[in-house]
Amino acid sequence: MSDILITEAGRRAVPQPSADPAPSPARGRRRGRASRVARQLARQPGLALAVAVVALVLLAAVWPGLFTARDPLRADPSAILRPPGARHWFGTDELGRDQYARVVHGAVLSLRATLIAVALAFVVGGGIGLLAGFAGGRVEDLLMRMVDVLLAIPAVLLSLAVVTALGYGTTKVAVAVGVASVAGFARVARAEVLKVRQAVFVEAARASGSRWPSVLIHHVAPHAVGPILALAALDVGGAVLAVSALSFLGYGAAPPAPEWGSLISHGRTYLATAWWLSALPGLVLAALVLATSRISRAIDSDRSRQR
Amino acid sequence: MEELTAPASPTGTGGTAGAVRTVRAGGLTRRYAAGRVLRAAGVVWAAYTLSFLVMELLPGDPVAAMAGAGLQLQPVSEVRLAQLREQYGFDQPVLAQYVDYLARAARGDLGDSVALGRPVTSMITTALPPTLALAASALALALVGGGALALAATYTRRRWPRQVLLSLPSLGVSLPSFWVGLMLVELLSFRARIFPAFGDDGVRGLVLPAMTLAVPTAAMIAQVLATSLLTALDEPYIQTARGKGASRARLQLWHALPNACLSTLTVAGLLVGQLLASSVVIETVFSRDGIGRITADAVTVQDIPVVQGVVVFSAVVVVITNLLIDLVYPLLDRRITLAGAAAVPGAAR
Repeated sequence: MSDILITEAGRRAVPQPSADPAPSPARGRRRGRASRVARQLARQPGLALAVAVVALVLLAAVWPGLFTARDPLRADPSAILRPPGARHWFGTDELGRDQYARVVHGAVLSLRATLIAVALAFVVGGGIGLLAGFAGGRVEDLLMRMVDVLLAIPAVLLSLAVVTALGYGTTKVAVAVGVASVAGFARVARAEVLKVRQAVFVEAARASGSRWPSVLIHHVAPHAVGPILALAALDVGGAVLAVSALSFLGYGAAPPAPEWGSLISHGRTYLATAWWLSALPGLVLAALVLATSRISRAIDSDRSRQR
Repeated sequence: MEELTAPASPTGTGGTAGAVRTVRAGGLTRRYAAGRVLRAAGVVWAAYTLSFLVMELLPGDPVAAMAGAGLQLQPVSEVRLAQLREQYGFDQPVLAQYVDYLARAARGDLGDSVALGRPVTSMITTALPPTLALAASALALALVGGGALALAATYTRRRWPRQVLLSLPSLGVSLPSFWVGLMLVELLSFRARIFPAFGDDGVRGLVLPAMTLAVPTAAMIAQVLATSLLTALDEPYIQTARGKGASRARLQLWHALPNACLSTLTVAGLLVGQLLASSVVIETVFSRDGIGRITADAVTVQDIPVVQGVVVFSAVVVVITNLLIDLVYPLLDRRITLAGAAAVPGAAR
């Protein structure tokens, strides 16, 4: 928390640069960045752990076979409600399905929904913010009042309204979660554009006859995108939580699919006898959220140190 | 996040400029207050319109959805569908529906529940007390816990304990609240048998849900308060007090805390919204009655008027909270008024 504080303050104090500092050969800069990341990881074991957790979850989403050979849907009547052990790391459920395999195979569902949500919020929210900040005047007023309205409705309730309208399913839940975070992105994007809009190079581009969409896309957006990306990194954790909360409530994937939120919800029925059914998927979920928030904090402080 | 990093702004919704521009050194101008009230009303109206648009204009026939999702799953005849359309006004043009709905909403009539046939307004008012009890006790727990955590974290000078204390809030917001609730039930109810697991019988049934709801809330409070405390402790007046020989505890509690609390007040709107929204999940986990429960039930059966009603209701609550803060803040924090008067000389007239 404290590092965020300092860096945020520092970022605000430094006037926004209108161009990159000292031009350097691209390759050298890239190598410098890689070694800086390596050094940072070595100095901060917590950050290294967070990166490892996210990498593992990504790997599980792309290639679940790497982690378990078991079929997440295959029931084994001889091993029903077994506690965690060497054979079944996360125990088994009431049909004898291996909970670890279900968590591993559920990663892709939860992760895809999260990415859809964040991408939607990034594109729509960022677009609204860019347009509002760049256009100014009436357009800005109208767009930002709309954003105020979205902000006045608590995120979960907004998502629930969208789910009511769209119906159930992982993708629809993802869209609902994305809609709920559009407003935050719009505000950050607008704030950044307001800073960049004053820059000399924007004036130069206008003066040299570029049309406004070109100025917006080629000159303003690239300079405003950094903080929006940082927000996207921060939003990943919240989106994981929101997606799993909605699927916990039963609006996500249909029953046999091992989406994390529905796994936890399902385990609720057996809470008194089989604690592991809810506890372990929840731990994985919490670890992922914690890891993404740690990484996004590192990105944030790194960005402001570069300034 | 912006609220967390900009503790000096009085509201989350950009009210700073307005406050600075029109607030007189002595207090509020009437114009400022009127402007804020109007704007709040505008937001509520727009929230209503937005929820109307989301519900009515998205793909899908609301009547077919309602009829299909009702209590029995038999196929519904075309005649009955047409009857339903007429009953809910869906055979009217959308604009006419909107005007009609808005006029009724302005009188406090949010329509009738499709699944239960009861007026939405009375459903909300009946469901309100249990949710209020839950939210209030969670808020009390969170204020004590989050406040103590922030004070302890900023008071600690040793590096390791301080880092641990400062990182606890981000742990708190990372835990899925439905999971926390289930784990509390497992540990304190099934294992230790201290509290009842589910249902809403009296104070004892309130403890676990309130604790669950308090975890993310306390984390949020601790985050904002710790940031504000650190900012406040850096200010010159703290140096002065230190120079005069005040102890660290006195500096922290007597000098820094009041200002830090003021900045923390700015996230109250966010906090209220979060409490309302979290009640959906937590009331489901603990099978309690309340606003969250009727919302979850309504979403499950696609009971559009109820969902719409709850969305509008929560927007009203959040907007009123923000409005109150905007109106009260300049009275509490005299620096804003002075800064405003100094920066814009014409504003005092």
